[in-house]
Amino acid sequence: MKFFEDITVGDVYEYGRYTFTADNIKAFALRFDPQPFHIDEAAGARSHFGALCASGWHTAMAWMRLMVDYRRRMDDAMRARGEPVAGIGPALGFRELKWPRPVYAGDIVSYRSEVVDLRVSNSRPKSGLMSFRSTGVNQNGEPVLSLISTTFVDRRGSA
Amino acid sequence: MPKLYWEDFAPGAVAVYGPRLVTREEIVAFAAEFDPQPMHLDEAAGRASLLGGLGASGWHSCCLLMRMIADGFVLDSSSMGSPGIDEVRWHKPLRPGTQIRIRSTVLESRPSQSRPQMGLTKFRYEVLDDAGNCLTTMITTAMLGRRESGAAR
Repeated sequence: MKFFEDITVGDVYEYGRYTFTADNIKAFALRFDPQPFHIDEAAGARSHFGALCASGWHTAMAWMRLMVDYRRRMDDAMRARGEPVAGIGPALGFRELKWPRPVYAGDIVSYRSEVVDLRVSNSRPKSGLMSFRSTGVNQNGEPVLSLISTTFVDRRGSA
Repeated sequence: MPKLYWEDFAPGAVAVYGPRLVTREEIVAFAAEFDPQPMHLDEAAGRASLLGGLGASGWHSCCLLMRMIADGFVLDSSSMGSPGIDEVRWHKPLRPGTQIRIRSTVLESRPSQSRPQMGLTKFRYEVLDDAGNCLTTMITTAMLGRRESGAAR
């Protein structure tokens, strides 16, 4: 991660894509969110969703994993260039999470984030607080996930 | 048939679900799969972080909460899913070996304008530890089928 001072509101990170399948939708839901429309095709077809659809938590966890992997690649590239790497996290939480439409088997969701706010932490002056809006968009360009997270990022000279 | 419909969740109603023991193994396994940041995988990295020790991914708390309310009441209800979450705050780390409970409070209830067979119920959920400390709070809206509509799922 770049240091807090080197991050600008409007910075965009593109994380890549995740493909939802009937198998991974059901496997996730059986562990964490076993509502009928997330674990059974027939129940999904009877529901107002019209078909088996992913737990919203699955939609979010696919984003989280892609983001963590992206940050690790970014940190590795910075270290390879001899640049210092800032620590990030933990997050304080998130707000305004929206699941505007269902994610169905076969959907391919692309995830990205954009920095929306930066401020110095009052409680931890060695850290900054970065807020960023993350979105997931399906293969038809339709949004399926949106949220704003806030997390600590190291300031220069904090290490 | 569901046992619980939108009409059954009155503002102010409180319920508690659990307990459920959260082990070190599942904290590390969840993090390795979904949120592989070092502070969720390794004690030393956790101590070196602002978590001050190994702590579960905040998203793990959310997924555990979902499962505990699913078993607690959602699977017995006319749940039609959720349009989203107003807010989640991770107040304190979830440590290995903690027995968690979920406290649910109904904040608001209103019929859906667009779908007469549905109502919208706003809940506050709190993830509590053994001592009753609140680790995580979540405010979210559930879509629930209405009893008289006979329609759900």
